[in-house]
Amino acid sequence: MSQQAIFVVAAAIFGIGVYGALSQQSFVMIMMGLELMLNGAMLAAAMVWAMIAGGTPKGQLLVVVLMTVMAVEAALGFALVTGIYRVRKADITEKLKKLKG
Amino acid sequence: MIVDVVFWFLAVLAVFSAWRVFRTDSMVRAAYWLLISFVGVGFIMVMLKAEFLGVILILMMGGEMTIMAVFMVMFMMNPAGLNPMIMVHQNRAAMAAGFGSFGLLSAVGLFARFPASVVPPRAQATAELGTELLGDSMLVFQTAGVTLLAAMIGAVALVSVRGRFGRADEGSDAPEQQPAAAAAAAPGPTVSDATAAAEPAPDVAGEDMPADHAHGDAR
Repeated sequence: MSQQAIFVVAAAIFGIGVYGALSQQSFVMIMMGLELMLNGAMLAAAMVWAMIAGGTPKGQLLVVVLMTVMAVEAALGFALVTGIYRVRKADITEKLKKLKG
Repeated sequence: MIVDVVFWFLAVLAVFSAWRVFRTDSMVRAAYWLLISFVGVGFIMVMLKAEFLGVILILMMGGEMTIMAVFMVMFMMNPAGLNPMIMVHQNRAAMAAGFGSFGLLSAVGLFARFPASVVPPRAQATAELGTELLGDSMLVFQTAGVTLLAAMIGAVALVSVRGRFGRADEGSDAPEQQPAAAAAAAPGPTVSDATAAAEPAPDVAGEDMPADHAHGDAR
């Protein structure tokens, strides 16, 4: 369990998240991709706190902020998916060719 | 030694289940694969002595993935994975972006030289985080709380403008019945259907009603 190993694992999770967010058609699957990206970022941040910053208490706050970002993303993402499904009956990105409602 | 074995087990589990998220036929299973990936990362955080963050990550994602599975069942086609499913666009470009970001970020991790300053083994990380959150860094904590509150209000506002049976300011009527305002406006049997259909509804129906009803009525 070294710095490099955790960095590579975090980068792998982040890369899979990038692939998912760019390639999936379903809105909820895109949200899953975004959450995987945040997952990798949190792993890297926790590693930096534990192995590079020497465990200063302020270091964990970055992970707390990332968790807040993830919760906000999930809440607003679900709200937008619900709203757009009600108005347009759209559940994949291809059904939203134009922005005008 | 045992630490390394456990770490690599969790790391392979997290990466493998992250990969399975986009390769399974069932969207509900995809949500639970994502949960497994988060659990792996959460336990790695616990091993890194960030116990509080790791456990709270697992708890939070357990709830969120359950909600996500419910969303999948509600909205998506093929939630049970009975048919093969590949719903992707620009697959090659996305692959390239994924591998590219993996390569770049892991190159940073492998070749950059960071100072090695490990958490002292007897550190009380959770207690220190608590004092920090309610002490010097209370502003960060409060800002996160207010941001979450704003997100909740925003989410409710985004979805509740239109209720189940029409706009919120119309009152609630079952789908077959006319809204109270429209029923009062229609004078009854004297008006033929043709004229009623040809004319736009008079004053009561309001400004943007016809357009909204066009897609709104099927709930």
